[in-house]
Formats: sequence, C-alpha cells, structure tokens
Amino acid sequence: MTDPDLLYSEEEEALRAAVRDLLADHCDPAAVIARAESDTPHDLRLWKALTDGMGLAGLLVPEERGGQGATHREAAVVLEELGRAVAPVPYLTSAVVATEALLACDDAGDLVEELASGRRIGALAVALNVTAGGAVRTVRVEDGTLRGELTGIADAAVADVLLVPGDDGGLHAVAAAAATVTPQPSLDLTRPLATVALDGAPARRIGAAEPAVRRALCSAAGLLASEQLGLADWTLTETVRYLKDRKQFNRPVGGFQALKHRLAQLWLEVVSLRAAARAAADALATGQDTEVAVAVAQAYAAPVAVRAAEEALQLHGGIGMTWEHPVHLYLKRAKADSIAYGTAGAHRAALAELVDLQAP
Amino acid sequence: MTDAAELRRRTQEFLAAHPPATTGRLEFLRARFDAGLAWVHFPEGLGGLGAPRSLQAVVDAGLEAAGAPDNDPRRIGIGLGMAAPTILQYGTQEQKRRFLKPLWTGEEVWCQLFSEPGAGSDLAALGTRAVREGDEWVVNGQKVWTSSAHVARWAILIARTDPDVPKHRGITYFLCDMTDPGVEVRPLRQITGEAEFNEVFLTGVRIPDAHRLGEIGDGWRVAQTTLNNERVAIGGMRIPREGGMIGPVSRTWRERPELRTHDLHQRLLTLWVEAEVARLTGERLRQQLVAGQPGPEGAGMKLAFARLNQAISGLEVELRGEEGLLYDDWTMRRPEKVDFTGRDAGYRYLRSKGNSIEGGTSEVLLNIVAERVLGLPAEPRTDKDVAWKDLAR
Repeated sequence: MTDPDLLYSEEEEALRAAVRDLLADHCDPAAVIARAESDTPHDLRLWKALTDGMGLAGLLVPEERGGQGATHREAAVVLEELGRAVAPVPYLTSAVVATEALLACDDAGDLVEELASGRRIGALAVALNVTAGGAVRTVRVEDGTLRGELTGIADAAVADVLLVPGDDGGLHAVAAAAATVTPQPSLDLTRPLATVALDGAPARRIGAAEPAVRRALCSAAGLLASEQLGLADWTLTETVRYLKDRKQFNRPVGGFQALKHRLAQLWLEVVSLRAAARAAADALATGQDTEVAVAVAQAYAAPVAVRAAEEALQLHGGIGMTWEHPVHLYLKRAKADSIAYGTAGAHRAALAELVDLQAP
Repeated sequence: MTDAAELRRRTQEFLAAHPPATTGRLEFLRARFDAGLAWVHFPEGLGGLGAPRSLQAVVDAGLEAAGAPDNDPRRIGIGLGMAAPTILQYGTQEQKRRFLKPLWTGEEVWCQLFSEPGAGSDLAALGTRAVREGDEWVVNGQKVWTSSAHVARWAILIARTDPDVPKHRGITYFLCDMTDPGVEVRPLRQITGEAEFNEVFLTGVRIPDAHRLGEIGDGWRVAQTTLNNERVAIGGMRIPREGGMIGPVSRTWRERPELRTHDLHQRLLTLWVEAEVARLTGERLRQQLVAGQPGPEGAGMKLAFARLNQAISGLEVELRGEEGLLYDDWTMRRPEKVDFTGRDAGYRYLRSKGNSIEGGTSEVLLNIVAERVLGLPAEPRTDKDVAWKDLAR
C-alpha cells in the first residue's frame, strides 16, 4: 500500500484561494446571520457563483458526463473553505451526496449532468444522521408513484430533485415540485432540514438504492471531515485573533497561560484533523484503504470541531453568547456535523470491525 | 550534484570493495565513514558528500539489503542526534576531524551534560561554573538526567563562565572528557526500578580551551542547535499503522478475548483513532519536510505522543486485570539503551510518564506553540536584565 498524499498540490491551493476570495466577497458573517432567519436560509446567488461561475458542482463528475473530472481531494478543499465561512449552500448535499448516489446508478440519465452544472440541486432523501451501511427509511412504491413521509432531509428546501429509497429496493428520482417539502426548525441554521411528504408523486427508478446510498454516505462522511476542519480552523484563528486584541487586567487576555495552553492544545488537534481529513480525501480519490481512512477521519473530526467551537464561544466571553457574533453559527454547524452521516461512536463501531478490534 | 542514482552507484561500489560478510564490523563502519556514506548531508571528508539529507535513505536501503552492519544508532543517539550537528555547525576544523568519525562509528559514546537539579525547564539558569586558568577551564558543578553517562567517553557540556551578566549571556559550550578524574557518575534510579539516567558530579574537571565549542559566552546560542536537532530527529520517522504503543495493546485485545469489557472497548477504539491520527500527522510533517516546506507541526508531535503513550499504556495495564497488578522486574539495572516498548505494560506505563517531562515538559511546549506558532504574548519575564548571580534560587 502506498502512503497517502497528505499535502495540498499547487492546483489545490489555487482552488482554495479562488473559493476563499469569492466567499470573502459574497458570504460575510453578518449576512449569513441575517439570512438564517429569513424565508430563504440558502444563498442561491452564492450557489450560482460557485457552480455557474466556477464549475465546482461538477468536481466529482467525469468530463464525459458534463463534470470537471476532478477528485475528492479538490472537493475536500472546497468544503474546507465553505466550512470556514459556514456558507449556506447545498454543496455537500447536492455536489457530493446526491451526485455520488447518481454516479452509482445505471439509469441516472441527464440528472448527473444537471447536478454537475449546478443548474439543478439534488438531495438524497435519507435522514442526515444515517451512517453508511445504517438502516434507511423507505417509502411505498405503487405503479411508478411514491407514498410516504421522510424526515431530517438536509437542504431539501432548495432541492429541485429528490432521490428517494423505495420499498422495492430501488432509488427513485422525484421532482421536488411533486412532493410536499416542509422546513423543520433545525439546530444548524445554515444547513436546515426538512420533511418530505409524498402522496402519489410520480417517480422514475434510476438504480438500486443500497449501493448508491452506501457510496454517497461514505463520501459524505469522509469529506465532511474537511468541512469540520474548515469550521475548526476558522474558530481557532478567530479566537486567537480576538484574544490578542481583547484586554482585561491591563493586558491582552491571550497572554494568560491558562488560555495559551488551551489554544495550543486546540491548535495541535486542528493540525491533526488536517492530516486525518487529507488522508480521507486522498483515500476516497484513490479507492485505497477508503473505509478505514473515512472512519478514522470522522471518529476524530466530530469531537475536535465541536470542541473548537465550544472553546471559541467560552474564550470570547459574553460576546460569544450573543446572536450578533457569528461563533454560534459555527457551534450549531459543528454540533449538527457531529451527528451527520454517523456519530463518532458509530464510526468507531465500524472501525472495530474493519481493524479487528472486536467488541466483547 | 549527487543524486539518488549516483548514491546507489557509490553504495554498490563500496559494498563490492568491502563485502559485509568478510569485513569486520568496525573496519566496515570506518570505511563507510571515509567513503562519505555515513551521513550524506555532511561535508566531504567528514563522513558525507554534501548531498541532500533525504537521500540518506537510498544509501541505507542499499546497505541494509546487503546485510551490512549498522552503527547501532539507538546506542549512540545523543552523539548522532545532538553532539554531531552542533560540532558540525560550531566546531573548528580540528574538532570536526577529531570527534565526528569515532562518534559516528560508535567507538566513542557521547552524553549530554545540560540539566541540573536547579535548572530544568529554566535551563539557562544553570549554575555549573567554568573558570579560566591559562589554557584550561576548571569546571565545578552537578548535572542530572544524563543518560549514557556511565558508558560515555565524551560529553557536550554547558557551564556558566560569567555570573555577572544576565543568564543567557554568561554560558559557554564545551566538549568534556568523561575520563577526567574530576568526573563522577552515579546512577539515578527511577520509578521503573532501573537507572537509565545518572547524576554527574564535576569537581575540578579540567577542559582545555581547544575543547570549547563556539565563542565564550555564546553557549546558549550553540545549545539551541543541539536542542533543535533533538526535535528534528523525532519528526523524521515513518511509522506503520499500529507502529507505536497502540500495537502491543491491540495485539493483547485480539489474542485475549476473555479480558474484554465494553468500557475498555470504547476507550481502546478512541485511543486507536487518536494514535492513527497522530501517525498521519507525523507522516504529513515528513511529507512537508521532503517537499522542502517544513510546517510548525513538529512542535506539537512530542506533545501528542507523550499524552498518547501514557493513556495507551495505562489502558493496557487495566486491560490485563490480575496480571496488571504484577510487574515484570524491579531489579536495579543500568541499561545502555532505552526501549520504550520492549518490556511489559507496567514498565511501559511507568516509563511513559517521563515522555511529558524529558526533552521539554509538555507545559513548556504548550507555551512554545502558543507563542511561536499562534503568536500569543510571551510569558512575563522578570529575569531578562538581571545578572545571573542575583537571580532568586
């Protein structure tokens, strides 16, 4: 087995710089907070800039199917930057999860190209907390129509097409307009959930559900680690910046050793997370050692991202508790991410099998 | 420019001229040094070829495949990792020619006389005195935590030559002959039962001025080279999965199902993940070094491994249940080299307690990360402009 490439290539750094520039112009924290409580929590103008402008929705799609023919390594860099900005766009859910599911289906047809272009947004109708290989709720399939209700579907509110597992073992494409999508008040304001009610909605079977869902959720878990890295990197950087500036007792608060040690410890965890996230992205790209690399990254990433956000809030003091300061967006995203695509515990349980450390 | 192909060729030529099967070990090592294949990044004539450090692996692989003897690097780690780079950077031509070859072949073992009972984390406060007498320095004081002192022929030593200036400025760096009659080495028994370290008492030790390394009063700067190389050595290794402390406990878990509990299972998996991520972090650091873009991660690796070694070995003692209540051997010994994973879980548990103290405590390393990597304000300094002799002690 060759060693994973844990660095960023020059092209990947250039991609990062381009995405970061765009987000600096179009995704400032105050606007994200204001949007979070509006009727349109997703920023579709930003989505258009990322997809139409930069072609980023098609990174995982081969060129002959209308994509960029890039790999999970590049998608991971995009997710790091989107995480740093808690950007309210359906990138992970459409450009990674729905796209991977479609790529695993034989009869996905033009949907792959449509999602790759970003002109249409897809959502896999599987609850956000489900792990690859975990139990998936299905709907009834009757004469090419679907009946049933699903909950906890991330970014369904902006989806144009829903990919729904049926009780026939198939994955079915349904136009969102034919379903009733109802937003659920969500812990994470920037990746809100919705219920999907289907009452005889016309659907097209595009392939077998099990392999498609498994592939989608495995990629999702692996690349989520890069988003979590972005969240943790922003919260650490911002907290260090604030504590150099904030003065109490006639000195910068960041000079107190109790706080320096906490931040240094957090830094160590963030650089470790970077290695784990890079390993997972590289493993997804090469297909080597994928399951272990993804499980390791996700078992490590979730607690680190949550702790980084919790530390950021505590070390900001009172201002960190206000709605006005963006740290709560990061805390909410990090906490929701710790459940998304399987908890750290679920990934440890998977590892127990993968590396033969069996339960009693 | 010496490239990989050139080094492969030189290695094969060398092996043809000195077949390992028919060449004595010491003869082989001396010849390897003279051929510039000892440490290829050193200059020609001093065991190297002025080649990139990363190419040493090419030579080592060729020699290992041919079954060549090595210089037992773990026995002479302080010489190779700390004394040699410092002598190379600050030594006179005579010092380099005299010391580097027997250091590398292992004919002369080195130890490090830095820490003192009154100067641990605050190493620059050291009080061992060196007073000039003609062409010699007379040294008096006490050093501690000196591994290999009982087998060492030479020591790198820092001592105070000017007590009237602030502490960092009055230190000078020496190469000390451990056979001097004023050097007394006493074993220092530690919590594992053995004495891996020593106390070294220096009483009227005479060091010729020719064995001073660097300028008088410049010893603190010279010592930074020694200490920085200690950390480079930690960062450069490639470790396989389950390569460290997590290996033995994972094997025990697999082989002894009767010991398993749910609580231990959760803790083992958590530590397994952390060990794997620490391994990947070290691997990423190594890839950065090879690509010529060293990152600041090295400062954190020692912190991570200290904590993990302690947690993992502690878990293994607990996992072993009744056997965990036993200990393999309390006999007082003076080992020549340290093997962190070579003995039972109980030994590993006790020995790993030193990992967060030796080579910089975890608390000091956290300060270093906070100040040098994150740019947070430095600790308040009350000793900066105070003459050493006036410091509180």
